[in-house]
Amino acid sequence: MSTVRMPPILRQAVGGAREVDATGATVRELLDDLTSRFPAIKGHLFDDGGELNRFVNVYVNNEDVRLGEGLETTVTPEATVIVLPAMAGGSQR
Amino acid sequence: MVIPAAMRDQIVAHARAGLPNEACGLIGGRDGRAERFYPAQPDEPSPYYYRIESRDQIRIMNEIDEAGLDLIGIYHSHVSSPAYPSRTDSEQAFWPDAVYLIVSLAGGGADLKGYLIGESGITEEPIEIA
Repeated sequence: MSTVRMPPILRQAVGGAREVDATGATVRELLDDLTSRFPAIKGHLFDDGGELNRFVNVYVNNEDVRLGEGLETTVTPEATVIVLPAMAGGSQR
Repeated sequence: MVIPAAMRDQIVAHARAGLPNEACGLIGGRDGRAERFYPAQPDEPSPYYYRIESRDQIRIMNEIDEAGLDLIGIYHSHVSSPAYPSRTDSEQAFWPDAVYLIVSLAGGGADLKGYLIGESGITEEPIEIA
């Protein structure tokens, strides 16, 4: 069992919790476990192809998984997993 | 949201230092009062877009946590357009509890405004400089 820290935008969908427990040996398994229990977060976390939404960063022990093994990143029970939506925008032409 | 005058000046200075590109950063505070300003690295510097680089984002979020503060603001500059959320700003606003601060440098000025951006749309959040 690992603990996943949820951002404010997803907390209501997981019952108001700042952190939720999830099971899985990889980030994908953890997030699949969460979305099976809290289906409302699925559209935030994944794109239509089942890959990580490009506006969502997932960190395992403070490392951005996108810069490593992505959804296949191994998660140990002691790991800290943090989901942070992007902080982005701009005037755009 | 209350911002100390010295922090406002830091934000504007950071925005100007970033020209011709947009600058971005986070603000930690308590109860709507800004206490610390954290300049951030953009993923790819651009005059029209910003995204806080992912490693910088977690670093700053952890610093805010360790300081016992909350994330209360996300700041960026508009180099030549008004201090109002663009369509991109609205579409990529995923922090409904944070005030999105925009400083417009259009025309050589420095116009700082704040907005809450959520499901119900864009609401201006008054900024008090104290």
